[in-house]
Amino acid sequence: MKFTLHIWRQKDNKSQGSLVRYDVDGISEDMSFLEMLDILNESLIKKNEEPVAFEHDCREGICGACSMTINGIPHGPERLTTTCQLHMRKFKDGDTIYIEPYRAKAFPIIRDLIVDRSAFDRIQMSGGFISINTGSAPDANAIPVPKYKADKAFDAAACIGCGACVAACPNGSAMLFTAAKVSQYALLPQGQAERGQRVLNMVAQMDKEGFGGCTNHYECEAACPKGISVEFISFMNRELFKASISEKITK
Amino acid sequence: MNLDAKIPSGNIKDKWDNHKFDMKLVNPANKRKYKILIVGTGLAGASAAATLAELGYKVDAFTYHDSARRAHSIAAQGGINAAKNYQNDGDSIWRLFYDTVKGGDFRSREANVYRLAQVSANIIDQCAAQGVPFAREYGGTLDNRSFGGAQVSRTFYARGQTGQQLLLGAYSALMRQVGLGHVVLHNRKEMMDLVVIDGIARGIVVRDLITGKIESHVGDAVILATGGYGNIFFLSTNAQACNVTATYRAYKKGAGFANPCYTQIHPTCIPVSGDHQSKLTLMSESLRNDGRIWVPKAHGDKRRPDQIPENERDYYLERKYPSFGNLSPRDISSRAAKQVCDEGRGVGPTGFGVYLDFADAIKRLGKHAIEERYGNLFEMYERITGEDPYTTPMRIYPASHYTMGGLWVDYNLMSTIPGLHVLGEANFSDHGANRLGASALMQGLADGYFVIPYTIGHYLASNKIDKTINTDHPEFIKAEQDAKEKINKLMGIKGKKTPTEFHRELGKLVWDKVGMGRNEAGLKEAIEKIPQIREEFWQNLNVTGEAESLNTALEKANRVADFLEFAEILAWDALERDESCGAHFREEHQTPDGEAVRNDEKFSHVAVWEYQGPDKKPIRNKEELEFENVHLAVRSYK
Repeated sequence: MKFTLHIWRQKDNKSQGSLVRYDVDGISEDMSFLEMLDILNESLIKKNEEPVAFEHDCREGICGACSMTINGIPHGPERLTTTCQLHMRKFKDGDTIYIEPYRAKAFPIIRDLIVDRSAFDRIQMSGGFISINTGSAPDANAIPVPKYKADKAFDAAACIGCGACVAACPNGSAMLFTAAKVSQYALLPQGQAERGQRVLNMVAQMDKEGFGGCTNHYECEAACPKGISVEFISFMNRELFKASISEKITK
Repeated sequence: MNLDAKIPSGNIKDKWDNHKFDMKLVNPANKRKYKILIVGTGLAGASAAATLAELGYKVDAFTYHDSARRAHSIAAQGGINAAKNYQNDGDSIWRLFYDTVKGGDFRSREANVYRLAQVSANIIDQCAAQGVPFAREYGGTLDNRSFGGAQVSRTFYARGQTGQQLLLGAYSALMRQVGLGHVVLHNRKEMMDLVVIDGIARGIVVRDLITGKIESHVGDAVILATGGYGNIFFLSTNAQACNVTATYRAYKKGAGFANPCYTQIHPTCIPVSGDHQSKLTLMSESLRNDGRIWVPKAHGDKRRPDQIPENERDYYLERKYPSFGNLSPRDISSRAAKQVCDEGRGVGPTGFGVYLDFADAIKRLGKHAIEERYGNLFEMYERITGEDPYTTPMRIYPASHYTMGGLWVDYNLMSTIPGLHVLGEANFSDHGANRLGASALMQGLADGYFVIPYTIGHYLASNKIDKTINTDHPEFIKAEQDAKEKINKLMGIKGKKTPTEFHRELGKLVWDKVGMGRNEAGLKEAIEKIPQIREEFWQNLNVTGEAESLNTALEKANRVADFLEFAEILAWDALERDESCGAHFREEHQTPDGEAVRNDEKFSHVAVWEYQGPDKKPIRNKEELEFENVHLAVRSYK
């Protein structure tokens, strides 16, 4: 297969970027999208040009490192699929493909297709945990969790922290990411002690990082490679409302 | 090389309890005076960083990822073992201990394995309390499933994403400590060297992957939790960035490297489809709970699987190992797959594949039950191959997955360099010559949550550490210079070949000659050819761009350079271990039906390699293994 690629090249955060055209040929339909980029990069090094910098690691759709916008859609056209799991058989021979970094105010570009998603770490740090020191846990079966609640908590916990939700949202909102973590813990008995504080602190941090608010476009759910439901955003809003009456932000 | 394992005396059941009492403690108010450097934030590193910070130590943690949540522990699918006996099916600490020693083909240290089995139950408690959404029964209690090498159900799981959920649990504990100011987390920093001063590990040199700047960090102890070296084969189930650099540089600074030849080849991965491939994807071993593995009985049978009638199929694992069947251990299942493919009975376009068939399970349990158990794995398979495993059997083939070998550590998880501790896959300690499924998560978290927090206190309390040393010390300056010189050398070659081309060439050689089947002639050939690839690398490598910026080609070249040196030790170790054991299969030592034959008289020891200088053959030292509780026997799963 043959493709015409237009890829965003930007040396660093201070430089101007632009789309650069590359033609690739001899691509097999069994290749993943990133393997197609590997081939391009090998050919660039051979020509003494710098390879396109992009983030990737596990290449099995779970680490959340891969982050790029393909033809305007984070992770590309295939539903429930990260870029690393997207295969070239989903494209037509001769297609023109535009590849850009995630675009969001809270995700500054570092180089080419790599953006800085450390804001997610800081949201997590502000409350995305259950405060339990190692050694002080009771027997695991001492806290029964109804299966449907455990399953629901898992649906939220499946988030891989890739940031596609932010890139897809016209407001650059991180509501889906934050709601997934808030919901996971709010649904479980273990998370009750810090339930109110957690949502207040995490939402406050999210705002501080420069993410926008949710205005119900639902683009996040459509782009999420793990299919995390916007239901969790309404769940978080309810949690936030309850907590804002009874508790104070501590961080 | 001093290889005193410091195994506590007494009955195996009491060793760890007695040792915990005998070890010195650091007073709570004094803990904050110690700074501990932790490299790697996977399960072992993140759990250690969080726990040590909770205890009151100052911790600096380092990862080359943009976030601690991305470590490759995240990709573990199937589960984590623990001797809880919640299923009332006869499990116990002793049975988990016994299964692990036997599974490792009697090449692990009994005392370490027993401790691992003991603390396994605490891990599940800890993770459940952190909010890890484990699978549950309708009554709200935890669910279990079975894994290879065991006849009880002791594996806890969170769908097919157990590693992800456990890592996110450890990551949340770590981020809590970062928020409290007890851990300083250094993202996008890759370790370049270990700094040893007066024989004691005191710091590390790292490269900032954004700016390219080389910087030094000093601490009172150093912990490496940097994973395994399975990427030496180029194609593996490891993440792209996994590498040997941190442990190899420690080896060059005097840490013994134990049993490098114990590399695990996982039986159930999606087969190679072509040269473009960058990695192989694992299909969890848990699939073997319900999937049946088979190939056609006839050689070269090219019919579609649904056209091959039942009596013309060979369910070879069920036939050869009736007691364990499709849940035979990894090394045995992998070799059996290689055997049938070498006989010309392999399936798929390349002939290097076997079927993993769910038709019977779907008939028995219904499609919904199978979807609930393995839905995400089936989807992943379909995405990669374009085939639907609900209707067509999966094709699988073995691939490099995990490395049991690693830096040698004593019972306290300290390497041969005082002050340097090694956790998780990076050490060699618990799995012997073959790791059982769902035991890697268990070991990583055991080391990080429940072992190192005790033993590092003992080290700090028993040794006087020179507090005047800082990063101006000549050893730091020299290590920084070495790192810069190496980078400049890599940048300056300006040859014709890319780092990936060298990696692929090395990987192919090592897979062919030091892979699933090894023999003397092949190993000697590898030992001759590895230096040739290395020589060409240093003459004909091309790294574009600049050293002082984000440069992915340079990162890769730096890692491949170390693989090119390390590969030789791997081959030496495989050559000199003139027996078959676990995952190390020497073709010269097998029974007529192809089972591994150990030589306990000569090789019941850990081989520990000691660096002797560039281009010199390292010395092979031995730690003799003693089996007082498990009777050495031929490992049978028949």
